[in-house]
Amino acid sequence: MTRSGSLAWFARHELRLAWRDWVYMLTAGERRRRRTVVIALVIFALFMHLVAYATVAAYAGAARDPDRLTLVVVTGSALLSWALMLSQAMESVTRAFYARADLDLILSSPIRARRLFAVRIAAMALAIALMGTFLAAPFIDVLAALGGWRWLGAYGVVAAMGIAAAALAVALTVALFRTIGPRRTRLIAQVVAAVIGAAFVIGLQVAAILSYGTLSRIAVLQSATVLAHAPDGGSILWWPARAALGDGADLAAVGAISLALLAAAIAVFAPRFGEHAIAAAGVAATVTRQRSRGGFRGASPRRALRRKEWTLLRRDPWLLSQTLMQLLYLLPPALLLWRSFGEGTHSLALLVPVLVMAAGQLAGGLAWLAISGEDAPDLVSSAPVSARDLLRAKIEAVMGGIAIVFVPFALALALISPFDALVAALGIAAAAASATAIQLWFRVQARRSHFRRRQTSSRVATFAEAFSSIAWAATGALAASGSWFAVLPGLFALGVVAFARLISPAKA
Amino acid sequence: MRDDPSMSQTEPPFALEIRGLTKRFDRPAVDGLDLRIHAGEFYTLLGPNGAGKTTTLRMVAGLLQPDSGSISVFGIDALAEATAAKQIMAWLSDEPMIYDKLTPLEYLEFVAGLWGVDAALAEARARDLIAWLGLEPHGHERCEAFSKGMRQKVALAGALVHEPRLIILDEPLTGLDAGSARQVKTVLRERVCAGCTVIMTTHILEVAERMADRIGVIAGGRLIAQGTLEELRRQAGKSGSLEDTFLTLVAQERVA
Repeated sequence: MTRSGSLAWFARHELRLAWRDWVYMLTAGERRRRRTVVIALVIFALFMHLVAYATVAAYAGAARDPDRLTLVVVTGSALLSWALMLSQAMESVTRAFYARADLDLILSSPIRARRLFAVRIAAMALAIALMGTFLAAPFIDVLAALGGWRWLGAYGVVAAMGIAAAALAVALTVALFRTIGPRRTRLIAQVVAAVIGAAFVIGLQVAAILSYGTLSRIAVLQSATVLAHAPDGGSILWWPARAALGDGADLAAVGAISLALLAAAIAVFAPRFGEHAIAAAGVAATVTRQRSRGGFRGASPRRALRRKEWTLLRRDPWLLSQTLMQLLYLLPPALLLWRSFGEGTHSLALLVPVLVMAAGQLAGGLAWLAISGEDAPDLVSSAPVSARDLLRAKIEAVMGGIAIVFVPFALALALISPFDALVAALGIAAAAASATAIQLWFRVQARRSHFRRRQTSSRVATFAEAFSSIAWAATGALAASGSWFAVLPGLFALGVVAFARLISPAKA
Repeated sequence: MRDDPSMSQTEPPFALEIRGLTKRFDRPAVDGLDLRIHAGEFYTLLGPNGAGKTTTLRMVAGLLQPDSGSISVFGIDALAEATAAKQIMAWLSDEPMIYDKLTPLEYLEFVAGLWGVDAALAEARARDLIAWLGLEPHGHERCEAFSKGMRQKVALAGALVHEPRLIILDEPLTGLDAGSARQVKTVLRERVCAGCTVIMTTHILEVAERMADRIGVIAGGRLIAQGTLEELRRQAGKSGSLEDTFLTLVAQERVA
């Protein structure tokens, strides 16, 4: 038995909650689903190993004492993953500040809350490390199977990267709290997290577009300019890459540094975590006045609903940032488009799948907000408006949002290449309509503030939405390049949508 | 039966008429319920937890589909002509559901749009209601920082802005302070005086005792007693407070 209030006691408590959360997330609380989940995970793992084989098999024979090109590519890829880990860790830390859950109970009890927060920071680091390891596992396994056991050191590198990302995320978020206050931190931290996650990818793409006229990130990492400016082989910068390639001493160093960072973060920030959580709780009490904009505007029920959806989205910077964040990834295509005005149309076909994919993802988010995320469901349902008109108004609100974002892209594209613009417009419409339809069939009443949980409320809907967007993007890419093979992913996308309809609760 | 001077000769006699209403979840929640409520009446529905009060009223408001039975609102078949019935009804639940990012005036503008009320008329009514409920200083503030009482008042204003003939309220006084509760009760009483019909569920028996023209007691999904307080006492065979009468009626039903 562990003593109440001790570190071990809190650790056991946190572990139990985390385990039950994780099992619930996978099984949606149904014991019968456990077998199905295990089978699905095995199939997913096999599929990912195949993908990994196709992607990294060629690198398995890399020498233990690698050349500069290998070091640059491995380090660049690791930095890409680390940026995503840091982004995820910042999200977790922000959630820990703002989610009330059990904080009121803990902070009002006579135990030392710093111990709990020490455990929570460690748990966040563990979660990030485990998630990173889980995602990297197929690639490491393939490399180890083809290139030898030395590649297993990459597991240690990924875990160390996750731990270091969590430590830095705690420091960054607390720094934001102290500089801009709890009211703005929630939004800014989410935006910073997304920018960090996207910045490195986007930065490489921007460099690739400006230098080579392509969206490929690897082109930059393999360029002579980068190689010429890279430090020599003995630099500390290459330690993670060398560790991943099987150097035991570097692996030990990388692991020790990450653990030291985590220990420092816990020692410095855990005692203050409670204060910040209390400060975050006071945010909701702040009054926001709206400027009066004159009298009531007359509206039909459908127009009133559309206007309401857009107003709510516009006034919620957090939701806006969550839904529009993926549009950051449209920056490189926009740049490529701008560059193509002066240099011909040879690479414009690359834009079509990016636009189509982004439209599908954005439509899915907006559709969830409009259809499932209704904060006053009783009011809307008790209004003298038919269910058909209600849904129509909400779908119009979603499509209006999509049009605002994507019509400028389609018009700009049309000026250079009308055919590509037509393909992009059709792809955007198909992807947005598919994602909206899936959200409609799988709608579940929820609060808008639960937007982040939408992907766990129905995994079928999440996967169907993702697969249909990917398939429509592939259709767009092949159609833009003039290939009749575009029919195949198009049929697959229609099949995904039809399958989603078939098994949806709406059909049942 | 009360005489209602506001009723015309052609108007149906009942604001709400329910016949054989049934709804099953795991077990029967509403079990062949019959209920008639007169136009212009303040009717309070009492019952223990899980008796079927909220389920009944949600079916009347069109928020839940019954398994069988009929619901008529001022002579309109609420199941066949749901939109027409909703046009003259308002529903208010115990948990005020409003939009955090809208101000009270914007919320009322939205509700008026849903019910198709003329903009100028809706604005005049909205400003009256906001003033009446003491929300004037907060008319242009977003609702996100409002207390539960203020949110409930905004939701109540939303239920009144389209001037419904039948207002259905599920536990509207839960969690309100004494001042807010009095304001809500006053507003409801004034609406009844103006000819509106109010149906309300509550666990605060004192409120039912003081405000209701008639009280219905529901248990196990069925109406086990109804009438004025005096009539209920006679049915229970016991004099005393409504609390005593209510507990006796429910206990008798359990024994039966």
